[in-house]
Amino acid sequence: MSTIASPAAGSEARIARRETLRQLLRSPTFLTGAAIVGFWVFCAVFGFAIAPHDPQDQSFTPLLRPGGAHLLGTDNLGRDVFSRVLVGAGDILKVAPLATLLGIAGGTVIGLVTGYFRGLVDNVISRIVDAWLALPVIVIAVTALVALGASTITLIVVIGVVFMPIVSRTVRAAVLGERQLEYVQAARLRGERAPYAMFVEILPNVMGPIIVEATVRLGYAIFTVAGLTFLGFGVQPPSPDWALQISDGYSLLNDTAHQGNYWIVLFPGMAVASLVIGVNLIADGISRALER
Amino acid sequence: MARFLANRLALSIVTLFILSVIVFAATQLLPGDVGRNVLGPFADQKSVDLFNHQVGADRPLLVQYGDWIWKFLHGDMGRSLQYQVSVWSLLGPSLVNSLKLAAEAFVLVVPLSILGGVAAALRRGRLADRAITITGLSLTAVPEFVSAIFLIVAFGVFLTWLPVNAQWPQGTGLVGQMRYLLLPSLALVMVLFGYIARMARHGTIEALSADYTRTAYLNGLGTTTVIGRHVLRNALLPTIAVVATQTGYLIGGLLVIEKLFNYNGIGQRIYIAAQNKDVTMLQSGVLLVGVVYLVATFIADLLYSVLNPRIRFGSVE
Amino acid sequence: MTPEPTPLALELRDLDVVYRVRGQDRQVLRGLTLTVGSGESYGLVGESGCGKSTTALAAVQYLPSNGRVRSGSINVAGRDVVRLSRAELRKLRATEVSMVYQDPSQALNPSIKIGRQVAAVFRVRGIGRDEAEERTAAVLRHVQIADVGSVMNRYPHQLSGGMQQRIVIAMALAKDPALLILDEPTTGLDATVEAEVLDLIAQLQAELRTAVLFVSHNLGVIGKMCERVGVLYAGRLVEEGPVDVVLQNPRHPYTVGLIRCIPRGGVRKDHGRLDTIPGFLPPLGEELPGCVFVDRCGLAREICHTVEPPLYQLGEHHISRCHFHEEAPELPRVIPADLGQPLPLDRSSTALVRIEDLEKIYRQRGHTVHAVSGVSVSIWPGETVGLVGESGSGKTTFARALLGLVVPTAGTVEVDGRVVPPKLARRSREDVEALQIVFQNPDSALNRRHTVRRILRRALKKLAGLTGTAAAARLLDLVQSVRLAERYLTVRPNQLSGGLKQRVAIARAFAGEPRLVVCDEPTSALDVSVQAAILNLLVELQVERRLSYLFISHDLGVVRYLSDRIAVLYLGRLMELGPADVVFDGPHHPYTEALLSAVPTIDGGGRERIRLEGEIPSAANPPTGCVFHTRCPRKIGPICEQEEPPLVTVERDHMMRCHIPIEELRRLQQDKDAITA
Repeated sequence: MSTIASPAAGSEARIARRETLRQLLRSPTFLTGAAIVGFWVFCAVFGFAIAPHDPQDQSFTPLLRPGGAHLLGTDNLGRDVFSRVLVGAGDILKVAPLATLLGIAGGTVIGLVTGYFRGLVDNVISRIVDAWLALPVIVIAVTALVALGASTITLIVVIGVVFMPIVSRTVRAAVLGERQLEYVQAARLRGERAPYAMFVEILPNVMGPIIVEATVRLGYAIFTVAGLTFLGFGVQPPSPDWALQISDGYSLLNDTAHQGNYWIVLFPGMAVASLVIGVNLIADGISRALER
Repeated sequence: MARFLANRLALSIVTLFILSVIVFAATQLLPGDVGRNVLGPFADQKSVDLFNHQVGADRPLLVQYGDWIWKFLHGDMGRSLQYQVSVWSLLGPSLVNSLKLAAEAFVLVVPLSILGGVAAALRRGRLADRAITITGLSLTAVPEFVSAIFLIVAFGVFLTWLPVNAQWPQGTGLVGQMRYLLLPSLALVMVLFGYIARMARHGTIEALSADYTRTAYLNGLGTTTVIGRHVLRNALLPTIAVVATQTGYLIGGLLVIEKLFNYNGIGQRIYIAAQNKDVTMLQSGVLLVGVVYLVATFIADLLYSVLNPRIRFGSVE
Repeated sequence: MTPEPTPLALELRDLDVVYRVRGQDRQVLRGLTLTVGSGESYGLVGESGCGKSTTALAAVQYLPSNGRVRSGSINVAGRDVVRLSRAELRKLRATEVSMVYQDPSQALNPSIKIGRQVAAVFRVRGIGRDEAEERTAAVLRHVQIADVGSVMNRYPHQLSGGMQQRIVIAMALAKDPALLILDEPTTGLDATVEAEVLDLIAQLQAELRTAVLFVSHNLGVIGKMCERVGVLYAGRLVEEGPVDVVLQNPRHPYTVGLIRCIPRGGVRKDHGRLDTIPGFLPPLGEELPGCVFVDRCGLAREICHTVEPPLYQLGEHHISRCHFHEEAPELPRVIPADLGQPLPLDRSSTALVRIEDLEKIYRQRGHTVHAVSGVSVSIWPGETVGLVGESGSGKTTFARALLGLVVPTAGTVEVDGRVVPPKLARRSREDVEALQIVFQNPDSALNRRHTVRRILRRALKKLAGLTGTAAAARLLDLVQSVRLAERYLTVRPNQLSGGLKQRVAIARAFAGEPRLVVCDEPTSALDVSVQAAILNLLVELQVERRLSYLFISHDLGVVRYLSDRIAVLYLGRLMELGPADVVFDGPHHPYTEALLSAVPTIDGGGRERIRLEGEIPSAANPPTGCVFHTRCPRKIGPICEQEEPPLVTVERDHMMRCHIPIEELRRLQQDKDAITA
């Protein structure tokens, strides 16, 4: 197919970008995801103001079933589950995006370097990345967090670093594809140095996969932070974090007489689920829009 | 093919070596002194030193690493600092337990997700496709302990069909064990389904739009024949690799599920070792997970090269 | 029309095909009517985007999912395929119609053995396993596959491209179809392999009397293969007739333009410029009330914009859809023929670039591959050296080593008699500026995220050292010199057509003061009308700036048009080097002879075809002695297998690597020409 150049071609780049945006705004997946995530971000920011009770107030009767004054019941320490669910996104919404950002930044640099230079540098780094990937994220993270001690900063750094090799794989694959295109040789043929070729020539062309990777990674970051928190290595008490609520309450599920006190864990669980699903719907919408 | 596999094997060994260095280095970062951690803050310095000497923690790092890896390769993982018994005597049965759980999840998820992925591809862009894709995406996104909570509340608490704990009583038969493992397996199935299904869908769509599929149709072959003989075979090859990497996840990622269901698997062992700073146990446990992952990927490579004539008969790396 | 005993193989009546793009139907075929009689071969030509492949796919009811037949009918072997049920369509495909398309490596299933894939064609018709196998062997022998038993047991990737295409053709003919559709079946194959495949198709067609619809962009191929030809433009048939009539006496301005664009009949740059077709193909689905070609036509008048021309009958079976078809042969030239002569060359001075004994060895999975073995070429100021050879000949490696993109294993590159460092990063700015390249594919050669202005400004900065207002002024000169409108500066490459992109790429190479520009197949990704414009531009720039080209191409007509001297490579070795006329007119190396005879030209007739035996050997394992002996039609004996002939000067400025003495070659090659004349 031949592309047709029209005199108005100058504005076409903007039109194309607007077209992508319009497609996003028409995609039900993206909109649903954005609405869910938007809701939780709102709650994280204003939750304390709109919650019916103080999320940390332990003065209520413990283990009340949902209904009445406590819409979602109370937990074993007598705190209002509904209020805690409302504000429970706060920490994870700080940690996960920052960790993702770190992972994307580091992974992009590693991916660019390994994909661009190939040869020895690539071989050495790629072997290390392979070894790194042989371990499940959660295992590395647990080991590292035990070693470094759990705090918000270490959590961000550990998850970010753990994500770097994974991101670098995606970026490297994209860079390898670009690397063999002649515009890179053309850059070398006018005497450009490697950093220019990598960051100015190649990077803009692999932004698509990187953006998609970033949204997917954000989902995984929430997934991982939640898992680590559940294990006790992530967000620390007394945060009303959802995973922490589940971690505190799941042992009560054995208490079959009280229906396992399911409300203590089920509602925070649903909240976590809706947040990650929301993020992934956004990711899906973006990757579809960019594919076209 | 031999060349391809030899190459892959060599790579795995190099990877394993690097892995062992990473694991060793990471566990060396653990804060505090080995003896102090084990004996507690009130032990006197002399007995701490003695302990360190006994377990060899006072030797140079390089010697410690060499000693550890040498013995590991000979099947000796040393003694647990916490329990003072051989590490393998604890890790071995746990590994078997984890493999049982992984196997059950695997047997459930592989056919299910491939079927789902292929079905979605064949109805590409239609409602069924969107439904399978979105469901898969959502299930994959939800942390396994959250899915597990949903399953427990539904099947364990309300319907009371299945046990809430995974650890079966002594003397339970294999079928009974499978019943105990069903809930945790299902939680893993939910996490893995979307990922494998997506790969299967992608591979199928690619094969459907390939020229050779067009050739088959234009030769008057029926849809069933074309899909069965031409599309699926080429479509599912890449899925094998995904399944293999997910096995790695299965074994190591069991940490969370095993804790939730109070199941004595390798994840649980690593978790306890990490909490108690049981360095020998942690090192060997983590390395073992890496070995399992590499073995799984190697088996996948083997399978892939047998099924793919382009590798079986040279020419493509 | 009188009813015939055997139905027409293909009959399209007023066919409208639309593609649905962004919720709108865009018309691709506009009332297309054509017929292919039983046993006839019909060629369909046109440039990319004209609807050729859509026609082929519509005929077998395999349009992409967003395409549909809006109106009209398609009859294959007397049956209307639009109205067939699924089962009937399947039966039709199994028995009456076959299709062969461009890339044979994609057309065969990679994980099924050849024998089983071909046998499936028989099995689907209910033939038993054993008989199917026997008939598979027979049909493979029919397409001249030597070792049938072993080939049947192999997988597609174990065969060469030419071999794969034979298998596909065997599959297509296995059902003894009423209609065989060939969609660019040899595009992408090497010239000698293409010639073999075309010979095979022609022979089979004569034997089996299968009707053929041959879709191609290459007029030469159509001229060689077909009895009748239809010219398609913007989804409309603009001219149709017997192939020699249309090619010799075209009566539609588009056909006239197409033929004029092609450098042929030994025309060279000092004879004059090529003519081109101005403008662009109308966008997909545009409303075209008048003549579809009106915007690009030199004859267009008022009526052409408003009234769709009918099909004018010009003679027996020759029709043209042009109001002014009588004037078409005198279509005014777009480009004046004389636009400045290249300056005469002076080869007594120091060579601009001297490449001595260049060698490049790759190590590949335990093999050593001699990509280039001891090639020496010098290029003088203002000279164009054409570099010719098939895939694996080392053309590209040679050029990249010259530029410093790959580091040669041995040998030197001199500029102005001074050795330059082999590594690009070590070369001085002047050396980098002196040696530039225009790549084959402008899509990948331009960064699609940068605007044209940014691409050129950066080149000006790095190559000419210009910034600020000096760069801005020079930028305008630059775009003007490549005839690129200024408004394109703000645009990104993907909004430009292929030809415009290539102009940007040329401008980039010319940002500094290049002394030698490597042109690596710069027009092979472009349509012929665009190709002509680019070739003209290259000549103009050469006349203006007196620079040199190393011009790599597989298109011998193009090479001949541009080159002063020709270098012929085979398996990394220089086989022949000499003035363009001498190399083309002979006596030439047997390999050059084979290459030349392989090219189908629209002038028709001409050279006798020389068949080459066997496949192009792998560079990892080249033959002993003369590397060409395994395929050489003029091999004289064991000496060719044992001793590599030296590269010797056989005449003034003419070097060759062959054991046969030049006089003997002259005699042999003249004899042959005498026979065909």
